[in-house]
Parts: sequence; structure tokens; C-alpha cells
Amino acid sequence: MAKTLVFLEHHEGQIQKGSLGALAKAASVGDAHGVLVGSGVRSIADGVGTTVWLADDERLSAPLPQPRVDVLAKLVRDEGYDTVLFGQSVLAADIAAGLAARLDAGLNWGLVDFDGTQGRAPQLQDTVVVDVGWTSLVRIGIFRAGALDATELGGTTDVKDAAVELEDFSTSAEMVEQAHAEQQGPSIEDADVIVAGGRGLGEPEKFALAEELAKALGGAVAATRAVVDAGWYPYSAQVGQTGKTVSPKLYVALGISGAIQHKVGMQGSNVIVAINKDANAPIFEFSDLGVVGDLHEIVPKLTELVRARRS
Amino acid sequence: MKIAVCVKAVPDAAAGRRIDPATNRLDRSVELAISDFDTYAVEEALKLKEAAGDGEVVIVSMGPERAMDALRKALAMGADRAVLVTDAALEGSDLLGTAKALAGALEQESPDLVLFGQQSADGGGASLWAAVGERLRCPIVSQASELTVEGGSLTGKRQTEFGYDTIRAPLPAIVAVSDAINTPRYPSLKGIMGAKKKPQATLSAADVGGATEPATTVVGLNPPPARGEARRIEDDGSAAEQIVEFLAEKRLI
Repeated sequence: MAKTLVFLEHHEGQIQKGSLGALAKAASVGDAHGVLVGSGVRSIADGVGTTVWLADDERLSAPLPQPRVDVLAKLVRDEGYDTVLFGQSVLAADIAAGLAARLDAGLNWGLVDFDGTQGRAPQLQDTVVVDVGWTSLVRIGIFRAGALDATELGGTTDVKDAAVELEDFSTSAEMVEQAHAEQQGPSIEDADVIVAGGRGLGEPEKFALAEELAKALGGAVAATRAVVDAGWYPYSAQVGQTGKTVSPKLYVALGISGAIQHKVGMQGSNVIVAINKDANAPIFEFSDLGVVGDLHEIVPKLTELVRARRS
Repeated sequence: MKIAVCVKAVPDAAAGRRIDPATNRLDRSVELAISDFDTYAVEEALKLKEAAGDGEVVIVSMGPERAMDALRKALAMGADRAVLVTDAALEGSDLLGTAKALAGALEQESPDLVLFGQQSADGGGASLWAAVGERLRCPIVSQASELTVEGGSLTGKRQTEFGYDTIRAPLPAIVAVSDAINTPRYPSLKGIMGAKKKPQATLSAADVGGATEPATTVVGLNPPPARGEARRIEDDGSAAEQIVEFLAEKRLI
């Protein structure tokens, strides 16, 4: 039976859904404990429902990967964990790879499942699903964002203090400033319905079309990298490789070509509806309903119809 | 300032990428090209060198012998020379083996700054730099959408799920740049002509500390789950109604 340590990434006092999903998956196949790293973060451990190692230290306040490698490596060695799991994020990927090199442990990423000894990872743009294994003593895995449900463990939360011994090189990078984007409207990570806009909207003002439709459907608005870079919409709404990964029940793509950068951020959506005037847009290759047409004509009508139906 | 850029020669997207069921490895027998994401790192290195007025840009890679053809694109863009770690013993290396080989090659170069692209274009990995940083025991900054180097330190702007972090680190350091950082230049005709004459060295596994057995395995390959039947309609004026019908059918409204 696997004895797993799960990295509990947190932001603004909340443990991230991806970390909780990894913890729930680990608990379903063996013993699963969490590790919480930061400064003044003890209260965040409340309600996790299992043993939580707490590394609470001022030097750990900035979300930088290398000091976290030190903390996790010591825990794995001292407590004999054979598996370390992460939910995908920029920070988690850096910690996982650093830890792999430190412990000579294999790292598999993009996992959507784990059975205690093997994992499963769709690869090459989901054209093949690979069963992956480890030959090392310690297994390290990163789950794809949105792949797992964050079910509650329901056990007793037992917070234990972890020793913090940091390497010189691990602490040589320092955080100068953190500028966190203001969230506008409902969070796209938690939304059941997302209406996303791309270049095909034509101009920034036309995001109103996406906003109106999202409102009618009770969902949130997302944007592609291209329009965020162009300043049409805030970064907090960006979906894709360099933005958020989402997996709503319904994803409506307006004027989005469906470049691989965007696809990786939304391909886990249950149902994808795309409206694009270019019949050759790649998005149609992975849409459940593809509509070739002018979104400026279709979307206002669609919004009206949805409103009428729901009222 | 000496800058090393780690790049990967990947199967050309146009040639198609597939896993060879006989070896469970990515089929690299097709034409190889430098990963698009890595061209941003090459461009950033060239810009830093140009701004400093002097320095050297060295391309460092691991791959089959013919990967050198792909590395020549970076030389054509303006990099000064290329070092390719190539050895049959390194075939099938995973993250650990690749990190060890690259770290071995980088130790011999001892650059002030090492740049990576934000992810590999084939395997989708986005963390190799962190394993290399661990081996070289130097600071890392990933997903940098801005980078400045001044005196003995660098400042990078890291783009995360939550916004932007400004991180400062002393040199030598490793930075993985995002594709938001610049627009890579196209090689000029003169650059392409001159690339062949630039120094291109190879290193064996023994030169970089030996090969490492992979710590990860591919156990089996499965076809992707079917996406259900995709529907396609051309708007004839009734698209909005048809979308509503579809959503109702799926119980989404």
C-alpha cells in the first residue's frame, strides 16, 4: 500500500483544488498525508482530514520552489514516504522536478489517474493514453489540472510540525514583488459553465457578447492568451498553457481558433460548443458541437433564447 | 556574459508525432526541428548579448546525432556555437537522465546564465530546468515573461496561475522563459549560410558523467477515449435555435 505525501498548494488562505484532488486520489489507494508550506499558514490545515505536516517559517512565505524541495525531501527521507503527488501548477512542477533530482526519483506528469503503483497520462495532445510506471524507490507524480475531484477525506486533521532545514542555494532567489490579478466576476476554475472569447470577437468591446451569454447561462467569462496579451481582458481570465486549466460542464468558445496553447487549458471540459466563422479552425476538431457562422449574429440571438428559456 | 541555451530537437510537428509501439518511445526517426518554445530562449539570449555588447551564446542539447541539423537553426539565428550530448546509451533517458547529462555539459561550460523554453513541444514536460538547477545547485526562475540582467544578478517576472511574481536571483542562475517574453527572429540568409561554419561539438555519455537508467517506464499504450459524436452545423439563420436544442438535449440548460 502506497504511503503518499501530497503537496498542499495554497493561495490566499485556500488549499488549491488540484492539491485536494491529489490528496483524495492518494487516500483512495493507501495512506495519504499532506504537507503545507508557508508562513503563518497553520489555520489553512483545518479540516484537511488527515495528517498534515506543517512547515511554517518566515523564509518560506514566498511561493518559491527550491526551499520547498528541501522541506519535502527531508520529510520523504525521515518519514519513509514512497510516493509524492502534486496537482499541476507552475510552482508544483518546479518543486516536483527539483525533488525528483534530489531523491533520484522518477517523475511522471500529466496524470489523470493513479492506482498506487501505476499512473495514467494522456500524451501527444491526447492522441494516446499512456500507462506509466516507476522503477525508483520513490514515485513522484503531477496530476493534470481538473483531472480529479476534490472529495473531502472526513478524517481527523492531525497537524505535525516539520523540520525546516534549507540549503544556501535554495534560498538565494528572492521574491521582490507579487502582483496578483484582480478577479472579475465568478472564478473560472469553479464555474460549471464558461463562455470564452478570442480574437474572433473582433474588438475588446465585443467581450460584452461573451459576458451577456455567460450571465444568461449562469457562468463565468474566460479569454485566450492572444486577447489577454492585447489587453482586451484581464489575465485572471486567461485559459491555456500559460493561464488557468478549467474543466467545466459546458465550455462555449467564441471566435477561438483552438491553438494547442488554448486547448491544453480547456480540453477537460465535458461539453464543448464552438462558434467560429473559419470552417477550418482547429477548435472544431475537439468540439461536441461546432457552429460555422458569424458569432456577432448568433450570440445575441442565443443569449435571448437562453434567457427566455430560463425565465 | 556567457549564456547557455538548452534546447530540444523534437519531431517536426508537420511530420507528425507518435509513440513507436515497438519501443514505447516517441518516434524520432522523422525530421527533427528545434522546439518552437526554445526559440524564445534563443532570442532572449541573443538580445541579452546584444544589449551587453559582448558575450557568448552557446546552444546545449541532448539527442540523436542528427539533432545537430536542428540546432543549426539556433546558430542561424545568431548563437555562437553548439554542444550536443549524443550517445546510444542515452536513448530513452527520462527527466533524471536528461537533467544529469545537461548538467554535466553545463558544468563544463560554466555559463553565467542558462535559459530554457517554457515546455517541450513533444512530451509537454515543463520542469526540466528545475531538475538541472537542483543538480547544479543554483537558483531557478520559471515561466519568465520578462528578464533583466544587471551586475551579478537577474530579475525575472514569473507568470503563474495567480498573476505576476517578480523574482531576483544571483548569477549563475537558470531561467525558463515563457513565449510571452519576445518574438523570435527569423534566421537571415547570411545567418543560415554562416551557421554551418560555426563550432559544433559533440559530447558522449562518458563526457557528462555516464548514462542513468530511466526511473520511469511506459507500461502500456491505449487509444484516447472517444469524444462522443461531434456535430457540425453551418449557420443558416437557425444556429442559435440549434445550439439551444443541443444544450437542452445535454441537460445543460
